[in-house]
Amino acid sequence: MNQINTRRQLETELTELIRMLTRLGKMSEESLARAIWALKNQNADVAREIIKRDDAIDDLAADIDMACMQFTARFQPLGEDLRTVSSLMHMAVDLERLGDYASNIAKAAIEVADKELMKPLIDIPRMVDILSDMLEKSLEALENKNDAMAYRVFPLDDIIDDLEKQIMRELLLLMMERPQRIEQATLLLNVARTLERAGDHITNVAERVVYIITGKTVKASAYRRPKEHRP
Amino acid sequence: MTKPQLVVSNLNLYYGNNQVLHDINIDIFSKTVTALIGPSGCGKSSFIRCLNRMNDFIPGAKIEGKIFLEGKDIYALSTDVITLRRQVGMVFQKPNPFPMSIYDNVAYGPRLNGIKSREKLDDIVEKSLLGAALWSEVKDKLKSSALGLSGGQQQRLCIARAIATEPEVLLMDEPTSALDPMATARIEELVRTLKERYTVIIVTHNMQQAARISDYTAFFLMGDLIEYGKTPKLFTSPDDKRTEDYITGRFG
Repeated sequence: MNQINTRRQLETELTELIRMLTRLGKMSEESLARAIWALKNQNADVAREIIKRDDAIDDLAADIDMACMQFTARFQPLGEDLRTVSSLMHMAVDLERLGDYASNIAKAAIEVADKELMKPLIDIPRMVDILSDMLEKSLEALENKNDAMAYRVFPLDDIIDDLEKQIMRELLLLMMERPQRIEQATLLLNVARTLERAGDHITNVAERVVYIITGKTVKASAYRRPKEHRP
Repeated sequence: MTKPQLVVSNLNLYYGNNQVLHDINIDIFSKTVTALIGPSGCGKSSFIRCLNRMNDFIPGAKIEGKIFLEGKDIYALSTDVITLRRQVGMVFQKPNPFPMSIYDNVAYGPRLNGIKSREKLDDIVEKSLLGAALWSEVKDKLKSSALGLSGGQQQRLCIARAIATEPEVLLMDEPTSALDPMATARIEELVRTLKERYTVIIVTHNMQQAARISDYTAFFLMGDLIEYGKTPKLFTSPDDKRTEDYITGRFG
């Protein structure tokens, strides 16, 4: 009987840990989306709010880390429980990094807020829409133990990479046309690069979800477009 | 791949009409520690008692199938059971030192095997007590009664007694369930060194213990061997759902 009560207690606490991580994911997703919105709409106030909010994201990530450690010490988990709590700790690091990226983008937004944008931003917001989709799928896969959903995240990172390359090509052309644009173009290039890195972190999260559910370590690259062989 | 030291082939065990083990097949390799886990009544203790034919003492016990130790069928008519029990030693859950001196406890088996020389016996006693990590605590009181030792020391004495006959395999049936955490830790430490010289098969209810000290783990359930594999894998991502449910405490 005691063992069954312990099991119930463990499940309650593990569910809470997953809930905390999901909340962290949503906070980071929101910050990223709003940071791009602030950039596109040249709104420095919103950008400043995002930078302030990063403390809350960092605090939550630290809380998750501590809670996972304590869970491990108390329950000495095995099997799927062990895979879950250890993966949650890794995923918290990836998701907290997204919050940092949002702050960096917000800083860029403050920079361009009072200047003329060299072009309307189309592909950068498209990137963040896809990133949101990737993150939502990963978190849903975690919550519902649906590994098929997690696998669907991997090919989306190809689109992120494609968009980043496209943005780079376009900005290079614009810089070559008018060198005065270099400063802003570099800033926008960095934003695109940051979003591309965000894609990598979200892919890590999806890989961890697959590990939790199946016990298998998968590499996203196996489920994406093969890298072209360059001569 | 080296050949296994112990091969169990289609083992079925009956106590009268009651079948307690069903078609067990398992290979145990030399100088490894194998943990046997499973809920009460799953057959793990019955299983290890087959390995040194302790089940012979149970009226109505019958086995089908074969068990090979170093390639020899231990249930063959030509098997000398006394020799078998020297080769396959056993340590029980409750320490059971003989009511005699520490020295005589350890010397008992070798004396039975015909060793009379005082020097030889002294040597065996010292080596065995060293091997059981007990020598430094008892070397100055070898003639005192074994019953005066603490629970943990008594258990180590039983291990010394078992290794005094230089077995190949050491069976341990929940050797630390009756001991406090410190004594348990010392026995676990001992098992880690014992595997350098002996093959250890240990029945345990404590999954963390199994995870800590074993190389391989076998999960028994209701007389069946459900899963057998390398310990790190079995405890992080077992193949069988029943193993997963057991190790995560969903039943037991």
